[in-house]
Amino acid sequence: MTGGLVLEQAFNGLQFGMILFLMAVGVTLAFGVMNLINLAHGSMLMLGAYFIAAAATKITAYPLAFVAALMLTAVASVLLEVLVMRPLYRMGHLDQVLATFGVSIAVNEAVIMIWGREAMFVAPPEWLDGTVALTDTISYPLYRLAITGVAALAGLALWLLLARTRLGMRIRAGAENGDIVGALGVNVRLLFIGVFVISSLLAALGGVMLGPLIAVQSGMGDPLLILALAVVVIGGVGSLKGALVASLAVGLLDTFGRMIWPHLMGNIIGNIVANASVYILMALVIAVRPSGLFGNHAA
Amino acid sequence: MPRPLLQVTGLEAGYGSAQVLFGIDLAVGEGEVVALMGRNGMGKTTLVRSLVGLANRMAGRIEFAGVDVTRFPGYRVARAGLGLVPEGRHVFRSLDVEENLVATARSAAQAPTGSAEGSAREPWTLSRVYEFFPRLAERRHHRGNQLSGGEQQMLAIGRALLTQPSLLVLDEATEGLAPLIREDIWQTLGRLKAGGLAVLVVDRDLRALSRLADRYVILDKGQVARSGPVSDLSEQASTIERHIGVA
Repeated sequence: MTGGLVLEQAFNGLQFGMILFLMAVGVTLAFGVMNLINLAHGSMLMLGAYFIAAAATKITAYPLAFVAALMLTAVASVLLEVLVMRPLYRMGHLDQVLATFGVSIAVNEAVIMIWGREAMFVAPPEWLDGTVALTDTISYPLYRLAITGVAALAGLALWLLLARTRLGMRIRAGAENGDIVGALGVNVRLLFIGVFVISSLLAALGGVMLGPLIAVQSGMGDPLLILALAVVVIGGVGSLKGALVASLAVGLLDTFGRMIWPHLMGNIIGNIVANASVYILMALVIAVRPSGLFGNHAA
Repeated sequence: MPRPLLQVTGLEAGYGSAQVLFGIDLAVGEGEVVALMGRNGMGKTTLVRSLVGLANRMAGRIEFAGVDVTRFPGYRVARAGLGLVPEGRHVFRSLDVEENLVATARSAAQAPTGSAEGSAREPWTLSRVYEFFPRLAERRHHRGNQLSGGEQQMLAIGRALLTQPSLLVLDEATEGLAPLIREDIWQTLGRLKAGGLAVLVVDRDLRALSRLADRYVILDKGQVARSGPVSDLSEQASTIERHIGVA
């Protein structure tokens, strides 16, 4: 194992971690504010990827296709919130899990009906198609670096929104007590739509950016959602900082694990351990800190 | 009585299918202070909550500044000029004092212009609230969960004032506060009244209420048991104390 390979994997792990972060903050935001467990969150990532694939066939300028894909996701998420999610906010978590799991199946089938079973492929924009020299011998794809950068910017923007704006204050206040926020004159219904759209857009941003890296196909968001749920549990529900730290930890653990464990234990057992490592970490964290690394509730 | 600001007629309300209020009539005039009293579980909080849509309004009518708000969602009643200081205060624990005040604040331009007196009142700004409660200015960067009970109540009042209300509704104005702090809160309410703000206040301090309020309403088992001018309170102290359960 060379230093260069380790460096390359570290960058891959970072990039994967940031995609997970985009997913996980949406999960934690929707749970923190609306008390919603949304198993259809992976669908928003998938829709982002499909929308960029579809938009790229019509629009040649990548930035325009990028914006169009996010706007289409925003429209889809508003529809989803108004038609499906809203009644779920006041229901139990089991109802939410069942209903949103149903939504994810429906969306997975819908994309097959629209775009077919064949995976779609998206080309990265030409101006991001190069590589960057990390060392004299190792170069790294510029596009992957851009993903990490854009995801970090999105995280920063979200933090600024939550910490510095009045909308952010209302979202945080709503996470504590939506009834009181409403009784003080805020249209909480609209606030919740806003939060749902923000959380969907973050996932879709991940999907849009993943489009050129992995096959765009039905169900592509679901494995990422499962990891994102693990991230939320590890980081602590409702914590932005927790989501970031846990995402990066999971991204690096998963990426390095896939390299190291098979090397040490042989392919079969090594891969099993690699697959399980994230959940072993999750179990350890829960055992020591049941509310996660940065969770609010002393449990 | 001055022109009615809040007019509740025959209100029946509760939670789910459990009815708590059975035909409440209640009015608060502009600039008037009305004391709402009654033993625990007699419906005071349900009445307050039903005003802002947090309890089920089953029948009856609620008018605010001449507008029928019976079917309004809570946030629209608040925007019409009802400023709530909820029972338990419910300041936002993870927000600092200033964020608590700013999060739900409305500018004077957004305030309802329904009543002539309302628009003549000086609008509330952050600096005016800090002048009014210097303690909050000192603690502006402290989180809600780092405040004492009295500070939380000042914050809850300041938060409600910044929604530019024409009626302030306080559910349990001084519950759980130290005597000196209670006196502060009563003086605060006196100053607000002097400034022309109408107040509907739930509390069990008969003496303080009879100094502050113009009229009183006593609830018993979800109905209005007695009501009238506060001058009655001293004359019929023993009957009234029986109703509100003061020893």
